[in-house]
Amino acid sequence: MSVDRFVRYSKPAVFFACLVPMGLLIRKGLTGHLGANPIEVITHSTGDWTLTFLCITLAITPLRRALRLPWLIRYRRMTGLFAFFHGTLHLMTYVWLDKFFAWREMLKDVGLRPFITMGFTAFVLMVPLAATSTAGMIRRLGGRRWQELHRLIYLSAVAGVIHYYWLVKLDERLPLRYAAIVAILLASRVVIYLVERRRPGTRAVEQAERVT
Amino acid sequence: MLIKKPSDIRSSEITPKKVCFDRRKFLGGAAALGAAALTGRVGGELLAPGRVWADVAKLNVTVKSPFSTTEKMNSLDEVTHYNNYYEFGTDKYSPAKYAQALRTRPWKVVVDGEVLKPKTFDIDDLLKLAPMEERIYRHRCVEGWSIVVPWNGYSLSTLINVVQPTSKAKYVQFLTALDKESMIGAREPILDWPYSEGLRMDEAMYPLTLLCFGMYGEELPKQNGAPVRTVIPWKYGFKCCKSIVHIRFVSSQPPTAWNTYAPNEYGFYSNVNPNVDHPRWSQATERRLGDFFKRKTLMFNGYDQVASLYSGMDLRKYY
Repeated sequence: MSVDRFVRYSKPAVFFACLVPMGLLIRKGLTGHLGANPIEVITHSTGDWTLTFLCITLAITPLRRALRLPWLIRYRRMTGLFAFFHGTLHLMTYVWLDKFFAWREMLKDVGLRPFITMGFTAFVLMVPLAATSTAGMIRRLGGRRWQELHRLIYLSAVAGVIHYYWLVKLDERLPLRYAAIVAILLASRVVIYLVERRRPGTRAVEQAERVT
Repeated sequence: MLIKKPSDIRSSEITPKKVCFDRRKFLGGAAALGAAALTGRVGGELLAPGRVWADVAKLNVTVKSPFSTTEKMNSLDEVTHYNNYYEFGTDKYSPAKYAQALRTRPWKVVVDGEVLKPKTFDIDDLLKLAPMEERIYRHRCVEGWSIVVPWNGYSLSTLINVVQPTSKAKYVQFLTALDKESMIGAREPILDWPYSEGLRMDEAMYPLTLLCFGMYGEELPKQNGAPVRTVIPWKYGFKCCKSIVHIRFVSSQPPTAWNTYAPNEYGFYSNVNPNVDHPRWSQATERRLGDFFKRKTLMFNGYDQVASLYSGMDLRKYY
């Protein structure tokens, strides 16, 4: 099977795999397994998966270089949009289930609570990325500008991790795990940059690949 | 001669009993979810985790306390499957699983320090020290959730009067057991173990302060602090000390676990106060477990009678 066909046929499978966490959460809700504080469970689950999908998305570039599997990039839009999907649900849980549209209270939260400010920042940074995720938008912006814009994901991921770190009461092990993963993924980009600077030509090839 | 007429339903078509009941449970769950959507109440009715711990002994509860609230109580399932007991893990669902490893018999409680009659009590003697009361209290966690629990026990002052503190006793310190064998969470240095809490003498003597041995008419489940804990309903939940092994009367303010960990976030007093926010979140509202909508948090968690203990104190400074 050609790589092209493999990617095309596996995409629906990857799509449904990405829906599994949400499906499990819904099943827990329907069978009464969300525990004594369901809203908290929904908040934590959607937040966790936002960060996980951000990490998966950030991992694609280093992985495709390291493993020499350039076609991995063709799943990146999907995982990125799943990060946005879970981030949106996470925000909606806060706005709807947790605060029940108490806008003034929420505005105060965004201003006063650094961890909420940080979480909101992380979400806002994802919005332009989701909005410009279509092929048409890439064309309109031009590959280079599009790519520069989409570097915002670095900031979003960092803000997301800080948001998590600032909200935990005591056990910082989980947010630190995300921090380590994001740090490694960002550092790998510096490595890629340094390696490529020594080998002129590769960048142009990469760029061409990305636009097609 | 009796010729059995074959049943016209093949056995393969009969729904097994288990499936049938599971389906009922599922439909029940779906109905409850529908009801929850209509009434805005979720959680309690949907919970059916079942008990994972051995049956606990019934208590002989003879007094219904006038301090009890008439508010709707939370279910035993809610109160036993959503716990902060970091010795058994930092998430709310771990204590129900892991606390069962704790051995609560034999159990001794050392009471000493600035007292005339220091004594080591066996838990079974403590249980008999005074008539067992039922006190239905609101319980507010510093994290912004609350429950209503029918605790069983008697006023801490009863015990304090037995050991007769001297005039040097200004504070009482409580210490939780520390058994790294059974306490999987205590193997990590996340708090300065053993868990320590404290009260000023007048707070400890205040009749609302409960030395608690049980809830819902039974001995405490282990995840709720068996075999003996304190309950101070006008303070945030972490001021209660679970599985107490040592009560010490001291002359100066004792170190307390959360205050040591983050002094700017958790004060020694930690009275429930909707006007003083936690540095990272608001304390103005709370979610009663089982409710969809949040409710306003009340000053001193609604136990206004304690206000006189703090007259003249700036509760923003002494949070």
